[in-house]
Amino acid sequence: MSHAEDHEGTRRDFLYYVAGGAGVVATGAAVWPLVNQMNPSADVQALSSIRVDVSGVETGTQLTVKWLGKPVFIRHRTGAEIQEAKEQDAEGVDALPDPLARNFNIAADAPATDANRVMPSPEGEAPGAWIVQMGVCTHLGCVPLGDAGDFGGWFCPCHGSHYDLAGRIRKGPAPENLPVPPAEWVDNSTIKLG
Amino acid sequence: MFKKLAIGAAFALALAPASTFAAGGGEQHIEDFDFSFEGPFGTWDQNQLQRGLQIYTEVCAACHGLQYIPLRTLEDLGYSEEQVITYAADNFEVFDPELDDFRPAIPTDHFPANTGVGAPDLSLMAKARAGFHGPYGLGINQLVKGMGGAEYIASLLDGYTGEEKEEAGTVLYENKAFPGGWISMAPPLAEDQVEFADGHPATVEAMSEDVAAFLMWTAEPKMMGRKNAGFVGVLFLTVLSVLLYLVNKRLWAPHKGKIRKD
Amino acid sequence: MSGIPHDHYEPKTSGEKWLNSRLPIVGLLYDTLMIPTPKNLNWMWIWGIVLTFCLALQIVTGIVLVMHYTPHVDLAFASIEHIMRNVNGGYMLRYLHMNGASLFFVAVYIHIFRGLFYGSYKAPREITWIIGMLIYLMMMGTAFMGYVLPWGQMSFWGATVITGLFGAIPFVGDAIQTWLLGGPAVDNATLNRFFSLHYLLPFVIAALVIVHIWAFHTTGNNNPTGVEVRRGSKAEAEKDTLPFWPYFVIKDLFALAVILVVFWAIVGYMPNYLGHPDNYIEANPLVTPAHIVPEWYFLPFYAILRAFTGEVWVVQFASFITGGIIDAKFFGVLAMFGAILAMALAPWLDTSTVRSGKYRPMFKWWFYLLVIDFFALMWLGAMPAEEPYATFSLIASAYWFAYFFVILPILGVIEKPLAQPETIEEDFNAHYGKADADATPAE
Repeated sequence: MSHAEDHEGTRRDFLYYVAGGAGVVATGAAVWPLVNQMNPSADVQALSSIRVDVSGVETGTQLTVKWLGKPVFIRHRTGAEIQEAKEQDAEGVDALPDPLARNFNIAADAPATDANRVMPSPEGEAPGAWIVQMGVCTHLGCVPLGDAGDFGGWFCPCHGSHYDLAGRIRKGPAPENLPVPPAEWVDNSTIKLG
Repeated sequence: MFKKLAIGAAFALALAPASTFAAGGGEQHIEDFDFSFEGPFGTWDQNQLQRGLQIYTEVCAACHGLQYIPLRTLEDLGYSEEQVITYAADNFEVFDPELDDFRPAIPTDHFPANTGVGAPDLSLMAKARAGFHGPYGLGINQLVKGMGGAEYIASLLDGYTGEEKEEAGTVLYENKAFPGGWISMAPPLAEDQVEFADGHPATVEAMSEDVAAFLMWTAEPKMMGRKNAGFVGVLFLTVLSVLLYLVNKRLWAPHKGKIRKD
Repeated sequence: MSGIPHDHYEPKTSGEKWLNSRLPIVGLLYDTLMIPTPKNLNWMWIWGIVLTFCLALQIVTGIVLVMHYTPHVDLAFASIEHIMRNVNGGYMLRYLHMNGASLFFVAVYIHIFRGLFYGSYKAPREITWIIGMLIYLMMMGTAFMGYVLPWGQMSFWGATVITGLFGAIPFVGDAIQTWLLGGPAVDNATLNRFFSLHYLLPFVIAALVIVHIWAFHTTGNNNPTGVEVRRGSKAEAEKDTLPFWPYFVIKDLFALAVILVVFWAIVGYMPNYLGHPDNYIEANPLVTPAHIVPEWYFLPFYAILRAFTGEVWVVQFASFITGGIIDAKFFGVLAMFGAILAMALAPWLDTSTVRSGKYRPMFKWWFYLLVIDFFALMWLGAMPAEEPYATFSLIASAYWFAYFFVILPILGVIEKPLAQPETIEEDFNAHYGKADADATPAE
């Protein structure tokens, strides 16, 4: 008698658990779309990767493009600038305020040498001819000026941070080198960001 | 009695959509084409959509825009990223307010609008028209055959009789599918007007179907996702209903003896 | 709160007592959830939960849609397409919201007709009924304004026609219409205020729903017999009732799940079936669609609006005695709102002492005719305003008013009601038998 009752009870509980479980699944399935709709929509995601035509960027000039809502500096360095950047390298990375390359395209712990900061050059151009970096000062987010500062690179007018020709912080309050975003050559005159 | 009546009423309500009552003028003839995307498990025919895009690009785009369709979504038709980039740049120019000038289109742009000759935008055409109505405003045809937007487009493109007339300086063309029977759009398609890479025959009827299917895609690109969600949801809710039925029965059992009446 | 005697929440631990003496919220929820409910409720009593679900569904999907929608005449239509194409799962959210309105109205109409059949409007539940009618009016306003937001052709012309109704009011009509629109015609100002009110009204509805529930928790639910729960003692009341949780919650959830199967199938497989193709064309103030039809849930009252033309003698008479102040247009508007007012007045128009239609042999048939009349009006509202539909509309509209103002008062006097059960327990046991304490529950 009591055995039968136990059996009955177990079966009833089991049914309740299954139904309760299904209810929880239903609730979860209903909540997820409400959360997910706030994630970036397809049109925003499509802008996370852009192609930039750099065929018109003469040596010694810089193109500023907007990517993910922020400026990106694409600089075509002259031979003299490449040379000067190499000289700036000579002091060794340990002397820099930020010894890390901050380059998305290579290992996170790579040292901040000029070679680790620049884009690989397309065919027929000297190594180090192109450098691409986010145009956002690592101090408080202002946009640094090009061809300025004590080191021939960039200078942030907000609080006086000086970056060298490889975009490395040299002087001033900024803690880190200008970050290098994901970038690659699609062909000899097009850079893909993101 | 009242219960039955009310349940019947609920179903009748579902069967009587306002849209079906729209009076179709004249003797419209809409053919019920058998599209691959129809039915609960129907899917897009990617080759057909690609042919439809080709017809749109080579023929329709001269007058009609697709302003709500981002070019990047063409990847859903089976094109690679590179193909879409080339397609966009080769076929369309868009105005860039930052440049204050026109430039070749890129995938993140939409197809351009085209209001040159006052032709309607085609982005949503397959949902903005209903091919089937009635009978007597009861909506049964639409329940059985579907809304028929794509059928309307295909029937229209394939519905020219060849007759034309001039009215108030405008040439009108007789069309079996158009409400009223006379349309101002000249017959857009002619046999072998488009050459398909896959060698698919380019009869007017085949092309009409292809472009109609493509426009169904532009109007409802997420149709497959929607039907999928519908299927999973219905299945899950059915299981949930059965479980709740059993729980309910178990719960009430101690309070209900054997049914004496009925 | 007075009501049917039942157990109340007793705080036990010191923590519970601490909270209860400051904010008796647990007790309030307990009383609400454990409310004694007549145990003979049939499947027509599930629609309240369905309606509550609909309100929640519309509010939740609506709030997330607003995150992507732009209320501006140049951008509204495109922003809907943005939701349909770009937003993660946006097409489902939008279709759920769109068809959720239809489910809401299916449920509310069955809920109202259930009340009309079982006499749920009669004393002492008049306030529940009136609040319900207010909720229904608010729903119509909310649905109408929501339909304007996608800024399609039907949105625009529906707004033009419906706000035109207010223009029919004598003397001040034009001023009121201009005030409603914020200009001489439907435009950006109209879209923005409709958006604002469409967002606001559901919360007003939610508040009214709480009052609605509060009112019938005070009077107790009606039930298919119309016989009141015995309130002499807790023991007596318990013979007629079972607590809402878990018995009716589970029952209602089961019914809801079944209804959602159908609803989900419509959303997944034919989401545009209940809509109008013209609303996928962006609003154009220069071109009117060939055939303007309101959404299906407005059709019965739209038919009444159109039924009273200048040729009808009642209209001519009204025009004559008011010296032309009430013209055909204004009469139509009065008739439409009057049709809803007639329902609201039912508690005072129905003279019968018997509550439930189950025990009213003559009433039943008039009621069924009213249901048929409702569907006839719905169908006629969608038909073109020409013969023979115009005459049918007039007859159907006339019956609607006759039911409330003539038939309900007379029936109460001439009808001989059938014998009613003494108690709810008796009715319940007649259906299900008395469960023995030691009998094995039926499998």
